[in-house]
Amino acid sequence: MAASSIALKQPEMPLAHELKGRVGMFCLIAAESSIFLIFVVAYLFYAGKSLNGPYPNEVLHVPVFNSICLFASSFTIVMAERALKRNAVKVFGIWWLFTIVLGAIFLVGTAWEWYGLIYRDHLTITTNLFGTTFYSLVGLHASHVIIGLTGLTTIMILTALGYVSQEHENRIGVFALYWHFVDAVWVIVLSVVYFIAR
Amino acid sequence: MSLEGGAASVARSALAVTCGAWAGAAHASLRIEPAIPNIFHPASTPADNIYHLSVFVLAVCAGIFLTVFSLLVYAVIKFRRRKDDDGSEPPQIYGSNQMELAWTVIPIVIVFVLFLAAARVIHAVEDAKLPANTLEVTVIGHQFWWEFQYPQQGFITANELHVPVGSGPNGAPTHLKLLSADTDHSFWVPQLAGKTDLIPNHPNEMWIEPHQTGVYVGQCAQYCGVQHAKMLLRVIVESPEDFQKWVTAQKNPAAESDNVAHGRDVFESTACVNCHTVAGTNAHGKFGPDLTHLMSRETIAAGAATNTRENLRAWIKNPDDIKPGALMPAMQMSEADIDAVTDYMRTLR
Amino acid sequence: MFVPEAGVAARPFFERLHDWIITVDHKKIGLMYVGYGVLFLVIGGIEAAIMRAQLAFANNHLVSPQTFNRMFTMHGTTMIFFAAMPIVFGIANYLVPLMIGARDMAFPRLNAFSFWMSALGGLILYYSFIGGNGLYGAGTAPDVGWFAYAPLTAQAFSPGHSTDYWIIGLLVSGIGSIGTALNIVTTVFCMRCPGMLLRRMPLLVWLNLITASLVLIIISPLTSAQIMLLLDRYLGAHFFDTQAGGSAVIWMHFFWIFGHPEVYVLVLPAFAILSEVIPVFSRKPIFGYNIMVLATIAIGFISLGVWAHHMFTIGMTSYANAFFVASTAAIAVPTGIKIFNWLGTMWGGKLIFSTAMLFCIAAVAQMLIAGLTGIMLAAAPFDWQLGNSYFVIAHFHYVILGVIVFAVFAATYYWYPKISGRMMNETLGKWHFWLFLIGFHVTFDFMHIPGILGMPRRIYTYEASRGWEIWNLIVSVGVIIQIVAILFWVVNLVWSHYNGREAGNDPWDAWTLEWSTSSPPPDYNFAIVPTVRSRRPLWDLKHPEDPDWKYE
Repeated sequence: MAASSIALKQPEMPLAHELKGRVGMFCLIAAESSIFLIFVVAYLFYAGKSLNGPYPNEVLHVPVFNSICLFASSFTIVMAERALKRNAVKVFGIWWLFTIVLGAIFLVGTAWEWYGLIYRDHLTITTNLFGTTFYSLVGLHASHVIIGLTGLTTIMILTALGYVSQEHENRIGVFALYWHFVDAVWVIVLSVVYFIAR
Repeated sequence: MSLEGGAASVARSALAVTCGAWAGAAHASLRIEPAIPNIFHPASTPADNIYHLSVFVLAVCAGIFLTVFSLLVYAVIKFRRRKDDDGSEPPQIYGSNQMELAWTVIPIVIVFVLFLAAARVIHAVEDAKLPANTLEVTVIGHQFWWEFQYPQQGFITANELHVPVGSGPNGAPTHLKLLSADTDHSFWVPQLAGKTDLIPNHPNEMWIEPHQTGVYVGQCAQYCGVQHAKMLLRVIVESPEDFQKWVTAQKNPAAESDNVAHGRDVFESTACVNCHTVAGTNAHGKFGPDLTHLMSRETIAAGAATNTRENLRAWIKNPDDIKPGALMPAMQMSEADIDAVTDYMRTLR
Repeated sequence: MFVPEAGVAARPFFERLHDWIITVDHKKIGLMYVGYGVLFLVIGGIEAAIMRAQLAFANNHLVSPQTFNRMFTMHGTTMIFFAAMPIVFGIANYLVPLMIGARDMAFPRLNAFSFWMSALGGLILYYSFIGGNGLYGAGTAPDVGWFAYAPLTAQAFSPGHSTDYWIIGLLVSGIGSIGTALNIVTTVFCMRCPGMLLRRMPLLVWLNLITASLVLIIISPLTSAQIMLLLDRYLGAHFFDTQAGGSAVIWMHFFWIFGHPEVYVLVLPAFAILSEVIPVFSRKPIFGYNIMVLATIAIGFISLGVWAHHMFTIGMTSYANAFFVASTAAIAVPTGIKIFNWLGTMWGGKLIFSTAMLFCIAAVAQMLIAGLTGIMLAAAPFDWQLGNSYFVIAHFHYVILGVIVFAVFAATYYWYPKISGRMMNETLGKWHFWLFLIGFHVTFDFMHIPGILGMPRRIYTYEASRGWEIWNLIVSVGVIIQIVAILFWVVNLVWSHYNGREAGNDPWDAWTLEWSTSSPPPDYNFAIVPTVRSRRPLWDLKHPEDPDWKYE
């Protein structure tokens, strides 16, 4: 059957199989973006509508250091990918470790911020609409950071055990896309929670 | 099982119209059968507006249906493969840009016209300016009954809404403010207006301007819980004079009658007063309907039963028998006490 | 699997069962999806039958209001999430790789995972019947309606766990839906055979691509809203807590931002089936391929902007209402274009009235009617009367049954030979078709009338004086006819498996790649990955003197 449909010129080749990891990850990112979008919409909708305090401008302080760490981790993961591309596995491992550390700092910083909000400012998810929307939106993001860190750590362990090399560059790239997404979501959450709707 | 034809229901609504006078307790057992709540029998301005739009929309849709369906039937008959077919393939047509253009542009025009027609009615109903003498009623939806407050006149009633005729001398439209005490409800009396929802923390409003006296039925149209089905509505449209008489009677405190003193005592000492109000007594509960003029209503339990002594007694004894899942509990009173309370209720004209 | 060869002993039952449970083959997964969906279609049908029996007479006492409310909640939830969606995903799963010349989906293991997650969701939802109080009064099955409006779903109004079963069952199956959608999109973009450019893909593949893309972005609003509801119910959040300043209306927005595109997720695959079957039995290519693709993309986009037509009665401003009238009416244009294109396909052809084609023709006519009642509902003031009434129920069942289920029936008669290697019985098929057509119209044509006469939805009984009884009785009788019709279908499916005529590769003289494989296809689909030059590769092979690629 294939023989008789071979044309005189080469057949046009559609998108290659190797791109399927990236396409799949973009689909996942699309779905996740949609989830975040609804929580952001809820946050904006309820901004200023709390019946009682504490209010955002009283208790929120821009998490500058945490954010810098998270954004830097996107940079370090790109450096790691580049290292792997030229098969410098040890260098890859070091940049990858930096990424995990920066991500972990972000998470610890968020936990610290929440500790203060809960015990010092008495803001919980049940306190008012601000509490409800703040903890759910920031918490949703933090849960995605945790998932990302889990994946990062798994890859770290595999690297340390010697299973990772240049041939896995594509898969590492696909995973890195997820980490960049987590970062990009933080840009939105940071802007909305700490600047726009303050 | 009722197999009423259209003619019978028209006759019945004519009866309702001519028997517009509604004098309260004396007629409590006379059932004037309201018309079937047909959206194509509007009896009030917003419902009229909707009716005219719907006739237009139906006409357009009927036209489209007849055209396209005829073409489909024609194609199915004309282009069927015949028994003596030679097995050859018909001309392999891939499409036609002109046809695509035609059957894109024409629907766009139709859609645009329908949009304009609908937008006009939306504006006419939603943004209507009501006159100064409009009657104000606040409707509060509860699980599973309707509270009607008349703030201008200063009284509260339940389940049966009395309004004056909207047009003519001394007539006035009625403006309804819609609130909810618990879940979502929807006020739908098809012959008077389209439905509008009652949503907690989201006040809504609507208006009606009935053209003639009569009784119009409807019911809650947004699922609100287990007894959504029996949260019925009765709107009694009266002449302005009859409406005034009704208002005056409603403003009075509860009738006091000595021979039901025992019943009143039982009522006031059982938990009834926690939920119900009887004006002029120490019953100030807000959770259930105001009972001050219970006997001025044709039905009880938000339309679930007619207002007869047996029904009332059965309701007091065990609400679940009439409306299973209603929020009024059975108070486990003795038979004698139930009789006494029922007799007391029957004096509340 | 279906046609045991002479002389070869059948493998032991448990070995074959194990094969199916651990499979990552898209064909087997597709069939499991469809089987699962059909099982829940029957269960949902039983729930509907119970409701219709209760509503056949005024003031009936067949079931309690508590049970009835659970029936309509479970019926709606089951039919949408556990009958229609699995069937739709199953058909896509089976056919998309075959039609694009691929050997499997892009992510076979994710495919299996997604199926089992969806299956788990259904089991969680149905466990609610036996959890709690057990079957008496239908246990703790959810009773909040399939769109679960706030604040009825708050702990205060829905104590216990019935609402939680609804939330968690759907959250879990939503994960499966996103997984399958992701798989379909990636497969279509990355796994096509040489020469299979996007503009040469069969319309079924295009429509399932657009459907899957929609699923990716619309399931998430429902997921988010359900997470918020869980937070409200268990962690004291106030998303929909009106006492704390929260909004019941925002639940409606979030739900319908999911809920409206969802119906296009269900109907586009039905359109896909019509677009494949009608051309073959008209002996002509689909009329206006490019426009069909563009119209579908338009439907996909516009469907994201019409959601508040489910909310015309909640008191939006006249401007908001007018906007949604415009967007909703607008979507009629590309939908109408599709109807005209199917008509154009049949026009000038040589129509063969196989059972599959009969179901397709009826589906087109019924789509016309359903679309028109949709236009009526789009005119907001008309919807102020008809909304939340039996008119709406009639309208959407017209689409779901009259178009989607009819298309699915057509698909079974058309592709059963490919899947099993045997033809279905045409006589039984014709009985199925005519009985179902009659039963469908008896029920759903007459169902519009109680809506016009003021009957709201979700009521377990009604007063005799409303004038609704005769119509409800007729509607209920139609259900009995439909049940008989479905029995013909089920008997046909089973009988044909053992006694059907052998089908061969290409019983319908069709043109897309799935008909080039054996029936059933081998596990690997294609021994040699095909190369194509046009939209109808098999036409090119059969008509080398007049190939499609000369004209495309």
